[in-house]
Amino acid sequence: MQARSGVKYAIGAVALVVMMSLVGPADAQVVSAPTAAPALKIDTGDTAWMLTSSALVLAMVMPGLALFYGGLVRGKNVLGTIMHSFIILCVVSLIWILWGYSLAFGPDRGGILGGLDWIGLNGVGGDPHPSYGPTIPHQVFMLFQLMFAAITPALVTGAFAERMRFSALLVFAILWSTLIYCPLAHWIWGGGWLAKLGALDFAGGAVVHISSGVSALACALILGRRQGYGTADLTPHNLPMTMLGTGLLWFGWFGFNAGSALGANALAGSAFLATNTAAAAAALSWMMAEWVQRGKPTVLGAASGAVAGLATVTPASGFVGPFSALLIGLVAGTVCYAAVVWKGRFGYDDSLDVVGIHGVGGVIGILATGLFASKLINSGGADGLFFGNPAQLGVQALTVGVSVVFAFVGTLILLKVIDWTVGLRVDAEEEQRGLDLSQHEERAYS
Amino acid sequence: MKKIEAIIKPFKLEEVKDALTELGVYGMTVSEVRGFGRQKGHKEAYRGTEYTIEFVPKTKIEVVVSDTLADKVVETIIKTAKTGSIGDGKIFVHDLKDVVRIRTGETGDRAL
Repeated sequence: MQARSGVKYAIGAVALVVMMSLVGPADAQVVSAPTAAPALKIDTGDTAWMLTSSALVLAMVMPGLALFYGGLVRGKNVLGTIMHSFIILCVVSLIWILWGYSLAFGPDRGGILGGLDWIGLNGVGGDPHPSYGPTIPHQVFMLFQLMFAAITPALVTGAFAERMRFSALLVFAILWSTLIYCPLAHWIWGGGWLAKLGALDFAGGAVVHISSGVSALACALILGRRQGYGTADLTPHNLPMTMLGTGLLWFGWFGFNAGSALGANALAGSAFLATNTAAAAAALSWMMAEWVQRGKPTVLGAASGAVAGLATVTPASGFVGPFSALLIGLVAGTVCYAAVVWKGRFGYDDSLDVVGIHGVGGVIGILATGLFASKLINSGGADGLFFGNPAQLGVQALTVGVSVVFAFVGTLILLKVIDWTVGLRVDAEEEQRGLDLSQHEERAYS
Repeated sequence: MKKIEAIIKPFKLEEVKDALTELGVYGMTVSEVRGFGRQKGHKEAYRGTEYTIEFVPKTKIEVVVSDTLADKVVETIIKTAKTGSIGDGKIFVHDLKDVVRIRTGETGDRAL
């Protein structure tokens, strides 16, 4: 056992050194050349890709995330868990066109929030917007962003799995999207104050993953542990379902990351490559870490690693080359594994590990962007520390700090308010019967 | 008549069934059960959290046979279900008062 672990460490160390030496030269190839001021003209190829990408991100929520989470809970809660993702998709689809898009992406008001000018999609039509994809209809950009707004609160649901009251979930989805997601998206993507400082977040390391991850921590702390945590058998009821979900998440993530190039172009290809590379590297590194530490390479470990890699590379995917992505993936798999294992020592019940995978992954990803970003990959971005611009790392660290504090404190307040009014948690007997029967009067398996 | 209940390792079921059919046993009832004996449970780990699964999955076979066949059946189950390692299971033999075939109303050995 000892000798075999030694071999695994040695292989890992050699691989890491080889990768480090490759980051420089291979990642220095020019992927996207500098462009002149964009002309506002719809390109059918770009538009087709953005419509496809929007549908791909929808597939991440439903059925991707729904299956991923659904398999991880016990059989009595699987419908309730799938319903969380499904109904959040529906709720946010409406919020977004009514007021969400305007708050997040509408004309900037003091760097804090978008104005109400675009409420009800007023003025958001078929003509391109100069900052939001000069070659695609403005409405298509809005749709693409709608899917991001939908998946983010759906990610949070992993923290309160198996014990959240359904009515509370609906209120949470409305309030969280409006009061946490929209401002944060505006600060970083909608021309808000962090964007003006030069924060780099290609596809949502802070906006999506840090925000959902730290909000998940707030949920786990406020809701408390599930009954029987630490004593009863809370093992996943269907890991093949979770594997199917993992595959769909990975598939959909190409829309998420490569779609964030806002066109069918070389940058999209580069982001696609970075995404796939990091997912594969992180699946392997999580699996290896678990193999070394516990003696067995688990299927759930490999799947969790892939999702951790995808989450971590998200903010970097449009700014880094393939070998930087490989390193980011290797680090993501091992660090997120450690975070999930250490969760036990803190004693909070983040049931499906949103904090350890999305929160920690998001933080690593935003910081890694400050290290590995290169203008040779994306002329519209910036160089990171390893490419001669240490200041970028500072901006990235500030982005992490702001996102963590804002989402954590904001979510704590929201949850307290919902708890006082609607009540967050099902009662003890309902929890024993399971969400499927107590919340929906249905059974998944008969 | 005797009712013979055997708790065996699930992967041994086919082998045991074939051997008993060859012996002239005409029917049996099989259920998937969970339990523990000296084998105790096993460990499973999900994302680094370890669970001890105390109830191990087993297969229970129930056959009812005439007194003359009972010893043979027990012997056959032992021979086919045995792996020699802990967790091979147990056989329980009960005396049985009566059997009724619902379709015809026949009782006793004739109903087997």
